[in-house]
Amino acid sequence: MKRGPFIPIVATLGFIFLYAPIISLVVFSFNESKLVTVWGGFSTKWYGELFANPQVLDAGLLSLRVAGASATIALILGTLCAVALSRFRHFRGKTLLGGMVSAPLVMPDVITGLSLLLLFVAMEEIFGWPAGRGELTIIIAHSTFCMAYVTVVVASRLSDLDISLEEAAQDLGAVPARVFFDITLPIIAPALISSWLLSFTLSLDDLVIASFVSGPGSSTLPMVIFSKIKLGVSPDVNALASLIIGVVALGVIVATIIQLRRPTKKAPA
Amino acid sequence: MGKLERRRRLGADLVTAELATAGLPRPVWRPWGFLRERLTMMGIGGRWAVILPPLLWLLIFFLIPLIVVIKIAFSESVVGQPPYMPLLTISPEGDVQMTLHLSNFIFLTQDHLYLDAYLSSLKIAAISTILALIVGYPMAYFIARSGDRARNILLMLVILPFWSSFLLRVYAWIGFLKNNGVIDNTLEALGVQHLIDGLNVALAPLGWAIPPLPWTMLYTDFGVYIGIVYTYLPFMILPLYTNLVKLDSALLEASADLGARPFRTFLSVTLPLSMPGVIAGSMLVFIPAIGEYVIPQLLGGPSTLMIGRVLWDEFFTNRDWPTAAAVAIAMLVVVVVPLMILQRAQNAVVER
Repeated sequence: MKRGPFIPIVATLGFIFLYAPIISLVVFSFNESKLVTVWGGFSTKWYGELFANPQVLDAGLLSLRVAGASATIALILGTLCAVALSRFRHFRGKTLLGGMVSAPLVMPDVITGLSLLLLFVAMEEIFGWPAGRGELTIIIAHSTFCMAYVTVVVASRLSDLDISLEEAAQDLGAVPARVFFDITLPIIAPALISSWLLSFTLSLDDLVIASFVSGPGSSTLPMVIFSKIKLGVSPDVNALASLIIGVVALGVIVATIIQLRRPTKKAPA
Repeated sequence: MGKLERRRRLGADLVTAELATAGLPRPVWRPWGFLRERLTMMGIGGRWAVILPPLLWLLIFFLIPLIVVIKIAFSESVVGQPPYMPLLTISPEGDVQMTLHLSNFIFLTQDHLYLDAYLSSLKIAAISTILALIVGYPMAYFIARSGDRARNILLMLVILPFWSSFLLRVYAWIGFLKNNGVIDNTLEALGVQHLIDGLNVALAPLGWAIPPLPWTMLYTDFGVYIGIVYTYLPFMILPLYTNLVKLDSALLEASADLGARPFRTFLSVTLPLSMPGVIAGSMLVFIPAIGEYVIPQLLGGPSTLMIGRVLWDEFFTNRDWPTAAAVAIAMLVVVVVPLMILQRAQNAVVER
């Protein structure tokens, strides 16, 4: 079919729109001048300043701990939920479970944050737990919304999975738990890894929910960044952003290369 | 024999005994077999061991919080910790009293700030969605019509920014949009000022004028549109792409053979067939945009009213928890309608 130049030009502009701000962010992180938009020579001093700032380092470590813990909890709960929803035919509360697990996907962050905070306050009043708010309450909140994403990813993988494999194992006498661990789990492992990574990223990225449910002294990295950039642009935030973007880009590119290579690997076998 | 070893044996024996009664061969020892037996002995056997943990978790940390929000929306605001009155009170005689206060909801309808914020959220979300569609559609079309290898790389390029921090992507636009920021500097360096002057001479008879550089873009509604389009563009492109990639090119060829110009083919073949993708993508941008807090806070001006921002201020600045809860309930109601549209669009795809 004949193709005009219109679509490629607009698409290229679209990709420039996607990447220009990110590239400029990285470029200006190496700027000597404190002004973020005027070039004053090459320098890496903002990176040094970043690592000398204990507030940023503490927040970064807290965010990593929270992300690791909530991604793991979300992975376990979300996988159980996906198995229940896609493998069990009827059970009491199936509709309720399905509705509750997909609702956080579309729930505005401000509502999720507000409702969990109000719950934690009410629970503390009645049971005395959780005492105060901090790392634990952020982990609970993040696990809850990450779990929704895990369930979606794992459930879609489970529905693609050839069910006759599981039935064969069952016919050969494996108990359901053994079928799951020996047959299902190895096959859905890539989906589990990607949903753990997705949860980790979502947790690391969340500002709004964490702001509601965190307490004094437990600021996550996005909360620290947010309070810094409310005052305007500053080059050490650019340096931090470049580090994060670098790590993420590397990870995604490696993952894509592995995925692109897989079909060629299969061919000789 | 160590304690752990004895436990292992016990677990393995239990599994073997069970399988022997079922007439099955002795299995290789698996740690989860032991776990399963223990759970069965405790009465949490089979399916409910799978269903209960996520169900209980969601009941406690999703459903009950929503009920708490509703409860607090109906209670009275007081100065204190926590800053609201309990709904249920037990009198000294032991009678349970429940008082529902509609005052928070009445307050929402009386102060036009809230209605304005809702309408303005809907307006900003709608304009941003249309802009995202205009930017995203050609990109999705381009990707869908590329070769296999290029397609994977382009898709990765669309998704890649999504994996980096949302907050930092919004931050990147501050440097771009601000007065004498990257955009202004680039336009000035390209000599766009001369172009504007020239155009203004031509436009003068119509009474129109393009403002001179530097342009004020940050801290305006325009900044908010850019921010929303930028952060949610992948959500627009991906459903459009999945739809357009399935489009049979024979239909386009048939249309061209029958003498339709490319634009006509687009309007009468491509666009109607891609409607489910358009609806899904639009809703995926529109729904989160309504409740957005970070983008209007960082890129919008003080007059950019959005409901997420009002809720935040009500809660953190005014410490009025009951009003914040009432705003949240009203916001949920507003989000439900586009959600139902999305659901119907997805069902239509499944039925096809």
